[in-house]
Amino acid sequence: MTIKKHILSILVDNEPGVLSRIAGLFSGRGYNIDTLSVAQTMESTASRVTMETSGDEHIVEQIIKQLHKLINVITVVDLTEKRHVKRELALIKVHAKSEHRAEILRIVDIFRCRVVDVAQDYYTIEISGNEEKLMAIMDLLTPMGIIETARTGSIALSREKTTKRT
Amino acid sequence: MKLTGAQILIKMIKSQGVDTIFGYPGGAVIDIYDELASNPDLRHILVRHEQGAIHAADAYSRAKGDIGVALVTSGPGATNAVTGIASAYMDSIPIVVFTGQVNSSLIGNDAFQEVDIVGITRPCTKHNYLVKKIENLARIIKEAFFIARSGRPGPVLVDLPKDVMTATIEFEEPPEVHIKSYRPTYSPNKKQLAKVVQLINKAKRPIIFSGGGVVLSKASEEITDLAKMANIPVTASLMGLGTFPASHPLWLGMPGMHGTFRANMSIGECDLMIAAGVRFDDRVTGRLEKFAPKAKIVQIDIDPTSIHKNVSVDCPIVGDCKKSLALLNQMMKRQIDQASVDARSEWIETIENWKSTMPLGYNQNEEIIKPQFVIETLHELTQGKAIITTEVGQNQMWTAQYYGFDRPNHFITSGGLGVMGFGLPAAIGAKAACPDKTVIDIAGDGSIQMNIQEMTTSLEARLPVKVVILNNRYLGMVRQWQDLFYDKRYASTNMECAPDFVKLAEAYGATGLRASKPSEVRETLKQGLATEGTVVMDFIVEREEMVYPMVPAGKSLSEMLLV
Repeated sequence: MTIKKHILSILVDNEPGVLSRIAGLFSGRGYNIDTLSVAQTMESTASRVTMETSGDEHIVEQIIKQLHKLINVITVVDLTEKRHVKRELALIKVHAKSEHRAEILRIVDIFRCRVVDVAQDYYTIEISGNEEKLMAIMDLLTPMGIIETARTGSIALSREKTTKRT
Repeated sequence: MKLTGAQILIKMIKSQGVDTIFGYPGGAVIDIYDELASNPDLRHILVRHEQGAIHAADAYSRAKGDIGVALVTSGPGATNAVTGIASAYMDSIPIVVFTGQVNSSLIGNDAFQEVDIVGITRPCTKHNYLVKKIENLARIIKEAFFIARSGRPGPVLVDLPKDVMTATIEFEEPPEVHIKSYRPTYSPNKKQLAKVVQLINKAKRPIIFSGGGVVLSKASEEITDLAKMANIPVTASLMGLGTFPASHPLWLGMPGMHGTFRANMSIGECDLMIAAGVRFDDRVTGRLEKFAPKAKIVQIDIDPTSIHKNVSVDCPIVGDCKKSLALLNQMMKRQIDQASVDARSEWIETIENWKSTMPLGYNQNEEIIKPQFVIETLHELTQGKAIITTEVGQNQMWTAQYYGFDRPNHFITSGGLGVMGFGLPAAIGAKAACPDKTVIDIAGDGSIQMNIQEMTTSLEARLPVKVVILNNRYLGMVRQWQDLFYDKRYASTNMECAPDFVKLAEAYGATGLRASKPSEVRETLKQGLATEGTVVMDFIVEREEMVYPMVPAGKSLSEMLLV
């Protein structure tokens, strides 16, 4: 079977220790977490965990079933099989020598991202999009000297209208 | 009415129909023990090690077919309980374990006897809780019992900070448990069941494979009815022994690493396997690719994660074993193809041939006691009616092979985790659940030493049990592997330096008996069974006896080493 990347949207009780139950399930059973992002939903009692994981069909089936089995997990949806939108946010701190500033701003413009912090010798750029877009801008900025980056991991939503609470 | 946390705890435990708990006191639970003292209708059985409390609660649950409860203190009390909890988790046994915890203001401060037991037991409980506020206490206890009992059962741990136990609150009965994210599927899909009926009617060489889930859902009657109605031979996993009577002609014996020749051959040759309440453990399947290679597999299980986990299944049925099998039997009754039932005599004959050419057996000896002989004689003398617990290793496998279990809830063993030291505290727990039954721990000389201190519990709580030690002065199962696969290098398995078990029994205030010759076996067992109180019977057995058949780890079931 082929190993494929899956993006799972997991609705959980917003309680201490829930993330540790999920993380423990993955480490204990030898599954892989590629990216992970968690925040409270519109309802204060629930949080949404968006997770990218990879494995063959058999493993991903087990992952989904095992997640369901956790008492604090409300729903698990594999968005990979559905139409969905997916975004990731990155902050990139890049060297901004005077001879490079115009070029950086041009790239920012082309990629439709923003400079959110300016200092004597660096810019901090905020960009959102899919992974390819993030990688592309980083490739372009590398020659200027990227100081550090922070990425959120993917978040995603199904493109279907859902009656499930948000 | 205002109640303290400790009072609410006891009230809630009692409201669950519980009248017995196993435990060990300590600083963090002293308020609970103080409250227990004024509640004589909730019997507390004082063990001598927390591991024993959990095994006893586990066996109590299994013998009674209900829930078991244990109470231990914080820190080391809680960590000592972990082995027992992990064993109950592997075997899906419903128990609720209450652990003491330091004052909530001290949690995280490395306080005296503080340990993050909720963190430690997260992977080996069905669910666990830390009660932070007395307001949540009653609801959490009710949920804990509900979760432990429902769906695929399992252990639930509730961690109780000392200050929550001493705080007071106006008590309100918590509402019915409703957990939005937890709704086990009990009712099977009828379309799937209809497919099973077709599969059975078409099958020429079907077998039924019954497991611990059948015990837990109390479905052994349904399994037996199905087998008899459709003339299907039955095998059962270690956890499922007793779900189908071993005295019935359709009984195949246990499958797997130490399964019977005919059970393993049947798995290799069957064209349909109806598996109920099993999880296809590696000790059962042997090499996975060679497991039931010719069969369509039907799997009934309440836990969806059990399905397609190790073995790919042709017809999965998620549901309660009892409900599913009862429904299947109803459908079968209406649609049974009598011709195919009759045609199965050929298959049964093949199995009979395997049975007569390669029966389960051992070489009897006039001089030295064979452990299998002890168990056979014990079966005869108890007429198969005793509740049997075991330790882990050769003693466990010989018991599974030679004590023909005809009833469920009579064989209590640590199946999944394989805990040495399980049998004695388990026997005490089973005796507390079924005081009118004879309860016997079949032990090895190695295992019995792991929780021997529970002898005192047996005497103090007046829960008399019989301990049959198959004493070969080795860690027998490991020695067997060393013999077969490690050129007989018996690294650290020689147990010749051991206590005199007869004197030890007497030191605890029990009776000790010994048999060293085959001619003494029957008399010693008779005497031991007839003697009131706790009795230890020490059988000096053949030192290098092996458990056969044996499928070496990683081999297919048809590659058996025979006697």
